[in-house]
Amino acid sequence: MNVAVVIPDTSLETRARRVAAVAARQADAVDARACFPREAVDTMIAERLLGIQIPVSLGGEGAGFAEIAEVCSILGQACAASAMVFAMHHIKLSSLVEHGLESPWHTQFMRRIAAEQLLLGSATTEGGIGGNLRNSICAAEVAGGICRLEKDATVISYGDHADAILITSRAHADAVSTDQVMTVFLKDQYTLEKTHVWDTLGMRGTCSDGFLFRGVAPAEQIFPKPFAEIAAQSMLAASHLLWSGVWYGIAADAVARAQAFVRAAARKTPGTTPPGALRLAEVSTMLQTVRSNIVAGLKAYEEAKADPERLSSMGFSVAMNNVKLCSSETILAIVNHAMLICGIMGYKNGTPFSLGRHLRDVHSAQLMISNDRILSNVASMLLVHKLDNSLLG
Amino acid sequence: MNETIRGLLVKFGNLPVSVDQLQDDSDLYTAGLSSFASVQVMLGIEEAFDVEFPDTMLNRRSFASIAAIEGCVRLLTDREAA
Ligand SMILES: Cc1cc2nc3c(=O)[nH]c(=O)nc-3n(C[C@H](O)[C@H](O)[C@H](O)COP(=O)(O)OP(=O)(O)OC[C@H]3O[C@@H](n4cnc5c(N)ncnc54)[C@H](O)[C@@H]3O)c2cc1C
Repeated sequence: MNVAVVIPDTSLETRARRVAAVAARQADAVDARACFPREAVDTMIAERLLGIQIPVSLGGEGAGFAEIAEVCSILGQACAASAMVFAMHHIKLSSLVEHGLESPWHTQFMRRIAAEQLLLGSATTEGGIGGNLRNSICAAEVAGGICRLEKDATVISYGDHADAILITSRAHADAVSTDQVMTVFLKDQYTLEKTHVWDTLGMRGTCSDGFLFRGVAPAEQIFPKPFAEIAAQSMLAASHLLWSGVWYGIAADAVARAQAFVRAAARKTPGTTPPGALRLAEVSTMLQTVRSNIVAGLKAYEEAKADPERLSSMGFSVAMNNVKLCSSETILAIVNHAMLICGIMGYKNGTPFSLGRHLRDVHSAQLMISNDRILSNVASMLLVHKLDNSLLG
Repeated sequence: MNETIRGLLVKFGNLPVSVDQLQDDSDLYTAGLSSFASVQVMLGIEEAFDVEFPDTMLNRRSFASIAAIEGCVRLLTDREAA
């Protein structure tokens, strides 16, 4: 979609806040009806936020992970589903930005994303494989310059609303399950047959339905690098850092609501400290831990970015996995704490202190690539990798 | 050394193909070496050659082929000897 809106010259943060205002207004309805946050995404498009990561030379703004994570957090404070759509789009875009520049097709596609503000979806999860994204059952069939692919994609967020899907598969019919490629299919190059409806506890507006994906596209749309390298060198970091940005946002909003509750009580009874104040102090330390952890992860990525060797090292994977484990676990404790502070006013829907949606949304974090799976990967790496014990790294 | 490394790949590599069929420069990941199996092979090598992999060698490239593994082990054993 081409939106002819003239944007006044304002900062990324201001633009993100304008989207957040729209997202906040629709958050409860999106959650209740499990519908795609259309207005919030249209506002992202109007503010041209879908292309910010693309290099300036291709029509984007060259934004780094830190700036994008900040936008994720701002949106996460308003509507977790809208924020997650934005984060997942940029995780896919990072594969193009980091690994697509050598390929003329992918470079041209980035120009189109920036110009037309196209929304990218992701299909890594597969029936029979689950979240083990470094394995595929389905295989790309390449013949005569054409790539055909059929995949039982059990979870594709906003699959019905994406303009293109980046999808993983085995490289060819005889490839082993870990020999994978990723291919871009444009909307008019695939069909989606719905197999599961996303009626979930939380993150309802991501509309992460299951589909039987069938696509046919020119073979030049296959990424030139093996997916294993893309996964290690950009997707792992992008996913864990940008998801964490969203999750931090949800937790920060829960704490803001708890603080408003405590302050309202304090103003009513000056001279006494309200009972929730101590818990508020406690939860603020947890929130600070999550924030510091993400900021350290963003810094580690910036430092490793220029060196593919370092990006695919065990030390770097352990660090990124730990960011995800820490934020996904701690936000649960944070929202729960906020609920204890707000009491029934937090438990009830429709109050300024309601936390039900937050609590349901944060429960997805541990499952979004299962923490058990991630922990067992870290456990395996720690059999050979020795942890860096320096304070500043 | 090549024999020992091949033996460890047979034992711990969990490869869907026969190790005998692999050239020294064949891509082990394309042959199906998982990250879990690569760690098991690393442990086997540490034990067999009495070396420790430094973190700078714990990346995909060091284990991309039998020749690459041999290169790493040679570097480590030379370093110990020096
Ligand atoms: C909000 C949301 C949006 C999503 N969007 C997308 C999307 O757009 N595209 C996409 O492809 N996917 C998406 N996913 C799916 C996600 O990436 C994971 O693939 C999925 O959550 C994992 O599903 P699973 O729990 O069924 O599978 P599994 O990963 O198979 O895990 C099942 C259970 O088995 C256990 N387990 C399995 N293997 C191991 C192991 N090796 N070690 C220890 N325990 C193990 C775990 O305890 C886990 O609970 C989304 C998920 C969420 C929550």
